[in-house]
Amino acid sequence: MNAPVATPRTPAETALAETFDAALAGLPGGAGVRQLREAAFGAFRAAGLPHRRVEAWHYTDLRALMREVPPLAPAPDAAEIERLRHEFAAAAPARRLVMVDGVFVPELSDSPPLGVSVRSLAAVLAEARPDLIALLAAQDFGGMDTIVALNAALMQDGVVIEVAPGAAIAEPIRIVYASASGAPAARFSRSAVIVGAGASLLLAEESHGSYAGQTHNCLVVSVGADAKFAHAAMLTGMAPGALRIESLIARVGARAGLHSFALIAGAGGLVRRQIFARFEGADAEGVLSGVSLLRGREHADTTLNVQHIAPGCKALENFRYILDEEATGVFQGKITVEKDAQKTDARMLSKALLLSDDVAMNNKPELEIFADDVACGHGATCGGLSADQLFYMQTRGLPYAEAEALLLEAFAAELVDEIVDEGLAALFRAEIARWLLARGRKP
Amino acid sequence: MLEVKNLTVSVAGRTILEDLNLTVEDGEVAAIMGPNGTGKSTLSYVIAGRKDYTVESGEIRLDGVDLLELEPDVRAARGVFLAFQYPIEIPGVATMTFLKAALNAQRKQRGEPELTTPDFMKRVKVAAEKLDIKQDMLKRALNVGFSGGEKKRMDILQMALLEPTFAILDETDSGLDIDALRIVAGGVNALRSPKRSFLIITHYQRLLDYIVPDTVHVMAQGRIVKSGGAELALELEKSGYRDYVADQAAV
Repeated sequence: MNAPVATPRTPAETALAETFDAALAGLPGGAGVRQLREAAFGAFRAAGLPHRRVEAWHYTDLRALMREVPPLAPAPDAAEIERLRHEFAAAAPARRLVMVDGVFVPELSDSPPLGVSVRSLAAVLAEARPDLIALLAAQDFGGMDTIVALNAALMQDGVVIEVAPGAAIAEPIRIVYASASGAPAARFSRSAVIVGAGASLLLAEESHGSYAGQTHNCLVVSVGADAKFAHAAMLTGMAPGALRIESLIARVGARAGLHSFALIAGAGGLVRRQIFARFEGADAEGVLSGVSLLRGREHADTTLNVQHIAPGCKALENFRYILDEEATGVFQGKITVEKDAQKTDARMLSKALLLSDDVAMNNKPELEIFADDVACGHGATCGGLSADQLFYMQTRGLPYAEAEALLLEAFAAELVDEIVDEGLAALFRAEIARWLLARGRKP
Repeated sequence: MLEVKNLTVSVAGRTILEDLNLTVEDGEVAAIMGPNGTGKSTLSYVIAGRKDYTVESGEIRLDGVDLLELEPDVRAARGVFLAFQYPIEIPGVATMTFLKAALNAQRKQRGEPELTTPDFMKRVKVAAEKLDIKQDMLKRALNVGFSGGEKKRMDILQMALLEPTFAILDETDSGLDIDALRIVAGGVNALRSPKRSFLIITHYQRLLDYIVPDTVHVMAQGRIVKSGGAELALELEKSGYRDYVADQAAV
């Protein structure tokens, strides 16, 4: 399925090769890391940009969609950092870790709470601790994806967050992605979160301002036994025509919990969120969910690759889309239940509301089950708002547009209720409301 | 006053209501009875403004205003209320949020100021107590996970809050046990006033034991075929609808 296809190099592939050759010497990490980068780029070079004959990228043909590659973003300069410092000083207080154009900026970031260590990816790569390098490289799982490999080859920086075993961190840690104003650029970041046994962490990701060009973020997560990792990502702020690829690679230990929610609103051009989740320890629980709000000619793709290799795990995947104008939504969910993963309970659901005749929604569930005592199910719905609900609300006095807005908000915001931190949940609800309001203002 | 004149309504080319005439005076409680499939629910939907029906001819006026020209929400603000045979579940929309939005939308339409939150809360509390609606129900999403009886009570609560001048109760008794029926009927009776009229649609006499109508109309095959006082309902309970259906078939 992923056999190399003899296709001439596209301009984007050529540009990426040139970028890699030019950047390699300056990218962080010693000789070992450099070898990893070269191997990763070799894998990318052999396969090329994924295209529609690559199953996992069938509906998001990057070879066709990525026409060009802007230059790699330079490290932020002092003036830029100063500008951002003023902006964050004016914002509501929060525990932020700030990334500017793929580079962690400690001067703009808050110190971590007790029990949490935060270092830049560059520092961790320089230190070359084998276990961390292996985790970051993710070569056994997730790393096979060519875009994850491209990210490994070009990773400029990132944050590595380690939560000490048993530490329960109440306050959410927020990774904020900002961009220097100016020309479109390409950014590649790779971050990692290691949640020690019995520890818990809520990590939020958000964008600050708008950014053009390409953003490739990869987050590698290891959730230790009995640990809890909750993750809420807000994918917003993409400029028109921008491309953004977010890869989440998560390993979940015994009796641990993984919860990851993402809101995609204002995709700009193309957003792909891909999640590789592997339930490695028995009796773990996972919830993967997301809401995509799309209009114009935006394209948002959520692709899951969930592997159950240990028994007794429970996983729920719940994704919603609201598609307006000429937008395209993609949901692909692959669940693999290995022979030993008996008593797996895996459920997957995708629901799309189509608000215009010109939208497209592509759903592709895939279940591969090798165990014989499991409960697995999937479902997908596509449709408009319920005429019965709209009529009922109108008979109570709500004008059509108001009834419609309430229903859309309810549909989108329901999954936000799962975010345990109320302050954080409020930010997501506000973002949904903002998107709906802009819709209401259409002529 | 509601006046339905020579109303003919079809859906997908099939005539459901044919040359129907009906007048309900201010303060009057009118009941419409009739067998299944005679167009009783269609009449209620057409008065409330459902779009799936084609009005071929005729008119519906409330206090002289032509309702057919108006959107359902504008009709509501002018005093029309429909208690649904099967109230609709609205997942994700909290009952209190919905009630407040509806109430204020109507007030806005009529040029009245919005209710303050304490005023709104007080009104809901008073109305909910009368209908034995628990606070817990008000905290949930509208009608989601409610029993049949709870949904009907929630519809009556909405009616009490919205204070319509013309309320239609479409088979409000269906799916209710005796206790729930008593509560719902009590809620309706408490709202009877010289300024408010009701149209009660039902199959059975039973509901009319609790909400005693001023007039009873028999509907068959899309028309009102007989009108009378409350005693007509008792008569129907004994003889059934067969005579009326047969009469129509012979025409």
